[in-house]
Order: sequence, then C-alpha cells, then structure tokens
Amino acid sequence: MAETAALARLMQGNEAIAEGALAAGARFFAGYPITPSTEIAEILAKKLPVLGGKFIQMEDEISSMAAVIGASLAGLKSLTATSGPGFSLKQENLGFAIMTEIPCVVVNVQRCGPSTGIPTATAQGDVMQARWGTHGDHPVIALTPASVQESYTLTVQAFNLSERFRTPVILLSEEVIGHCRERVVLPDISELKIIDRKKPPAGLARYNPYEPGADGVPPMANFCDGYRYHVTGLTHDESGGPTTDAEKAERLIKRLNNKVMDHLDEITMTESWMTEDAEIIVIAYGATSRSAKRAVKMAREVGIKAGLFRLITIWPFPVKEVTALCRQAHTIIFPELNLGQLIGEVERAARNETNVVGVNRVTGEMITPDEILNKIKSQVKVEQHAE
Amino acid sequence: MSQTSEILLSGTGGQGLILAGQILAEAVVRDGKNTVQTQSYGPEARGGASKTEIIISDDEIDYPKVTRPDVLLVMSQEALNRFAGLLDENGILIVDSTYIREIPAIKAKVYKIPYSKIAKETLGKEMVANIVALGSLSAISGAVTKESLLLALMSRIPRGTEALNQKALEIGWKSASQFAA
Repeated sequence: MAETAALARLMQGNEAIAEGALAAGARFFAGYPITPSTEIAEILAKKLPVLGGKFIQMEDEISSMAAVIGASLAGLKSLTATSGPGFSLKQENLGFAIMTEIPCVVVNVQRCGPSTGIPTATAQGDVMQARWGTHGDHPVIALTPASVQESYTLTVQAFNLSERFRTPVILLSEEVIGHCRERVVLPDISELKIIDRKKPPAGLARYNPYEPGADGVPPMANFCDGYRYHVTGLTHDESGGPTTDAEKAERLIKRLNNKVMDHLDEITMTESWMTEDAEIIVIAYGATSRSAKRAVKMAREVGIKAGLFRLITIWPFPVKEVTALCRQAHTIIFPELNLGQLIGEVERAARNETNVVGVNRVTGEMITPDEILNKIKSQVKVEQHAE
Repeated sequence: MSQTSEILLSGTGGQGLILAGQILAEAVVRDGKNTVQTQSYGPEARGGASKTEIIISDDEIDYPKVTRPDVLLVMSQEALNRFAGLLDENGILIVDSTYIREIPAIKAKVYKIPYSKIAKETLGKEMVANIVALGSLSAISGAVTKESLLLALMSRIPRGTEALNQKALEIGWKSASQFAA
C-alpha cells in the first residue's frame, strides 16, 4: 500500500497522453498547437529531445500530418495532437496514411464545434468525422479515454494497434478529460506490453511492400533499411506501383478493411457494470460514461434494474456486443455530447426491435447524471404503461 | 461508508484560482486520497469568469463535476451571485470581502476575509491573494493537511517565489481563526 501511494500522482489528461506516447516508444511529434490539446505539444517539445526524439511545430495541421507520416516511414513511432478544426485539416493525409498503411497516432482532444466553436468547452462532436472524415471505404480504429489513467493506457494501446495493423489509430479524447487532473498510478514501463511493427527479413532479392502476411498485414521495411520501394496514395499492387486493375483494386480495399475487421478480438475494448440482470442499459463512451455510471448507481438505489456498458473502442463499432445487449434489455439509453451521432450504430444493431433513446447536449458542458437518471426513470414508466 | 467532499472555487480570470485548485488537488493526492480537479474558463488570459472544481473521496470518483459544493470560495461578486445557490445548507461559504459587498441570505456558514487586501498590504503583492485564500480555505475546511499543502504549493510555483508563497499560505492559514465565522 505504501509503495502504491508513493507512485500515485496528480496528472492532467493531456499530460497522461504525452507520457503514454513516450512510454509506447514514440520519438516524433509534429503538430500545430490548438486548445484544448496544446499541453500535449508543450510537454513533448520538452521531453522528446531529451530522449533523442524530434519535436517539430509545423506551419499548419496539413503539413503536421504529412511530417508524422514521413517520420513513421523512416522508422519512428510518431504522433500528432489536435482538436476539431485541426482534425478537419488532417483528414486528407489521414486517408493517405490508411491507404499507404503507415502506422501513426492522431490525438483529437474534442472541443465544442462546429468550426472554431468554443475552444475551452467540451464535446463529443467528432465521432462520425473520426469514422468518415476522410473519403473512400477505409478502416478506422478509434479509442475513447474516460479518465486520466486511461488517457495513458489507451495512448500506449493506440500505438500498439497502429504498429500491429499498420494503420493510423485515432485517440478521441475530450476537453474535460484532457484538462482535468486526477490521481493516477502509472504502471512501471517494464510491465507495459509494447508492440513494434513487423519487419521483412533482411536480404530478400525482392521486397514487395504491400504483400501481406497471413493476417493481412504486410511486413514494413523502414526507409533506409535497405529496400527501395514506392509509396503512393494511388491504388497500388503488392509491389507498391500504381494500378487501375479492377481485381487488384478490390483486393487492396478489401484487405485494408479486413486486416482490421478480422481481428476485432484484438481491437474491441468494452466494460460492463451491473448489466447482468439489467432491463435498461445505458451505453456510453468517454467522459459521458462517468455521468452514466453515477446515473446507473442512483437508479439502482431506487430499485431500477439499470446497467452500464462502456465503449472504449468506438471504431470499429462493437456490433456483436451491442447486439447482444439489445436482445437482453427492453431499452437502451445512449447519452452522448452531441446531437446524436454514434446512436445511429446502436439503432442499426437494435434493428427496430429494442427501444433506443438518446440523451444529448451541445452546451459545451458535460451531460449530468440527473439528466440520464431522468431518462432512465421515464423509460421505466413507459414499460409499466405498456403492461 | 465513503466520504466525499466537493469544493468549488470561482472568481475572475487572472486571480489564480485554477492554479489554487490544482495545488489543492495535488495536496489531496499527497494525503493519500482520491481526487479530480476540473476547470472552466474563457479564451482570455485575464478577465471573464473562471471556475475550478475539486472532488475529494476515499473511493472511486465517477462524475467529475461538482453538483452540490460543501465548500464554496468566491473572489468576485459575479461568482458569488452565480454559485451561492448551489451550496449545501451545511456548507461553508468563503468570500474575498475586498471585492464582495453583497452576500445573499443563505444557511451556510459564511467567512468574510479580505484576501486581496491582505495580500496587497502585508505581502506587497495582490498576485498571491489566491494562495492566501487557499491556505485559509484549507484551514477552515480541513480538506488537506498543512504539510501536504505546503509540499504541493512548492511543487507548482515558479522558482524564486517560494518564500513569498509560503508566507502567503501561512498568513492565509492563520486568517481562518482571525476571521472566524
């Protein structure tokens, strides 16, 4: 106990992301500071050079994302951090990184939008942008921390998944998590599981940069490892050269998606609380899940069989898990700090067979436990009338 | 049964209340308890309303925002008018009487202490009124130990200001008994 207490410290959410990135082995950051993500850049500007890494403040978000891709190609684990307006600008190069299979982490500390909105106010408004902000059919992995502690662990996990699957991973934080300070106990770095990208063997007569292994992920040679290859956002074949061949195009796009969708067991993270006998289940993610947990506790205190299911991975959306909950509960309550974005995925899983109700807010402040509790109570009444 | 207390500090941007909240939260961690500190402020460096919320608990803290403060410290009339109604009836209201003239009739225990005036007249710098108020609030509420508070303060202030800040904390701590409600 005394040992644990010695390791406990007060830490800010954004600081935890910076520390998590360093622990995961990140040695390159390029960005253009923006509230409420700025502390991540500030901290990494100080700490990366000490560890032999590089920090570059670029002229804008577009070039920041380009620099991150370049650094990763050269072999460094790389990240950028931004908020809504900057996230919009990063979309083109984010798509490029997905298409060219270059691992990197994009942190978006969400703020109240659209456009420049309210820089210091919180929101969960970029959920669909994270999924479909860049064009074309593409896979996305997005994780949503609900605490400072989790900001650390999920940043490590974001790097691990990006290296494992050679794809960008989006860490979707929120102003209220990024700026709040909490007591954390960080794990010893030696206890962390760190994944590094799979590399091709040395001395191959010919290296095909996009020839996948059995898991759909091609081994990645870093630039300067000795293999010469072409990287293009154009549809390409296994050699890396551009192609317009219909079959090759389909094979590539399907493989990009399948390398993620075939490994959901490694990607999907969720958490259940009091759901075993629940008739009304609140599903929530990020900071809103904390309001939801309080609401479920209060509902249980007055005898309502409520439970909480927390999404940690929101993309790919945990369809299998949510479908099972929809079969169990008569009502799903889905609070989110926007006008209703991820709820569409829940409704898709419910197939009109389960009552799905949103709780929404766009004031720049968190949804309160009372708002969710009131919604839970209103659904209990509906049930009684129906009987 | 777990003990949870909620503390809200509010004033005008630039008074240093968010920093005071961070120091308080740091002291809580040093005392071995759980805490969450959140803040809200406008885009301006000075002026505008500023607020920080601290929750202290022996247990897990779910919702990180204060709903019913046990302790409310206000350093502007606007902040008092806005938040006085939230205060628990067994709560404690602490006002910087340098700037606050009108106090609404409430059931909470009220402390009126001129932090800004004390900082200016006895320390020569109104800038440390936040630390005077922090020392005072901690002594009144018993939220943290003096040892942890001092260590937390020293870890979060610019180098070269240690003596001034320590003095501000001491004066604030004493003011609690001098201006007893």
